[in-house]
Amino acid sequence: METYLRLIWAYLKIGLFGFGGGYAMLSLIQSEIVGSSWCPQITNQTFTDIVAISQMTPGPIGINSATYIGYVATGGIWGSVLATFTVVLPPFVLVLCASHFISRHHDSALIQGAMKGLRPVVVGLIASAALLLMNGENFGYDVPDVVKSVAICCASLAVVLFTRLHPILIIIAAGVVGYFLF
Amino acid sequence: MKIYLELFYTFFKIGLFTFGGGWAMISIIQREIVEHHRWIAKEDFLDLLAIAQSMPGILAVNISTVVGDRLRGVKGSVAAALGTILPSFIIILLIAIYLTPDAIKNNEVLTRIFKGIRPAVVALIIAPVITTARSAGITWKTVIIPVAVALLIYSGWPVISNPIVFIVLGAVVGYLVYTHRSIPTKS
Repeated sequence: METYLRLIWAYLKIGLFGFGGGYAMLSLIQSEIVGSSWCPQITNQTFTDIVAISQMTPGPIGINSATYIGYVATGGIWGSVLATFTVVLPPFVLVLCASHFISRHHDSALIQGAMKGLRPVVVGLIASAALLLMNGENFGYDVPDVVKSVAICCASLAVVLFTRLHPILIIIAAGVVGYFLF
Repeated sequence: MKIYLELFYTFFKIGLFTFGGGWAMISIIQREIVEHHRWIAKEDFLDLLAIAQSMPGILAVNISTVVGDRLRGVKGSVAAALGTILPSFIIILLIAIYLTPDAIKNNEVLTRIFKGIRPAVVALIIAPVITTARSAGITWKTVIIPVAVALLIYSGWPVISNPIVFIVLGAVVGYLVYTHRSIPTKS
């Protein structure tokens, strides 16, 4: 029961403060769920695997990861239902309020100002998400594993930045390389 | 009743066939809603997109919520949002039931595959740091903000490693700076 309540509370916060898209949201998920005492199942490694699968399946990463994390955290379908429902609930209510009550001329200065202030923060959030995942759980603990992992990471980064290859193909390629390398 | 089903079905299709969410999804939503169904004029769609973007949460769900609301009120927004969410939910649930963390750990082939995938996932998260820094207009002078935010969150110190602190701070400071600049001085 406690796990369900914690999960709901965590995802309400993630939904309410989830500015800046799916990748920025990862930072909130890490801070609220990954490695927390009430949810030992979601380690950094499991979280990374969930992000990988969320990227390879259709739909937004925020929904995919909520459904997956809800299931792993509670070991059941209700965890998925609750996490997915609570991550969309606060924005759903806010979006409805905004579309009915925001007067374009009066309130837009407030929102535009806030959005401008959020931009550099979002960059930092995504950077922190990447930093927190660069550890032994994802890159291995002994020298040969770390070298291979860093090579895969650098090669993938170069491909993402300099080609238009779809992320799904990069993940599949990395999986194949991993199978033969490790 | 028909319009609710149509809204649900349209967004269900988009949710089922779009990988990655975000902007990839927005262009397909625009094509379906504006060009195919002609439910909303293009200028109105851009207004709705502005609202969806300025709110927290998942962009694709937010845009389906405003589109549904514009067409048929709250019930319409529920139909549209459910349509967007459901394909993801069903597909991931089916995967989660079988591909548990233990299933990966206990399978030698999966273990090796995921060892290769994990560093690539980290690269896929590093890449948007660079692209969003560019689009946010980060310069050598302002780079201190994202660097400080990233390091403080990484530090794990109590309170100041919480991303929510920086989100609230960024919004408040942005609001103050922006309104301060736009108020005409009386002199």
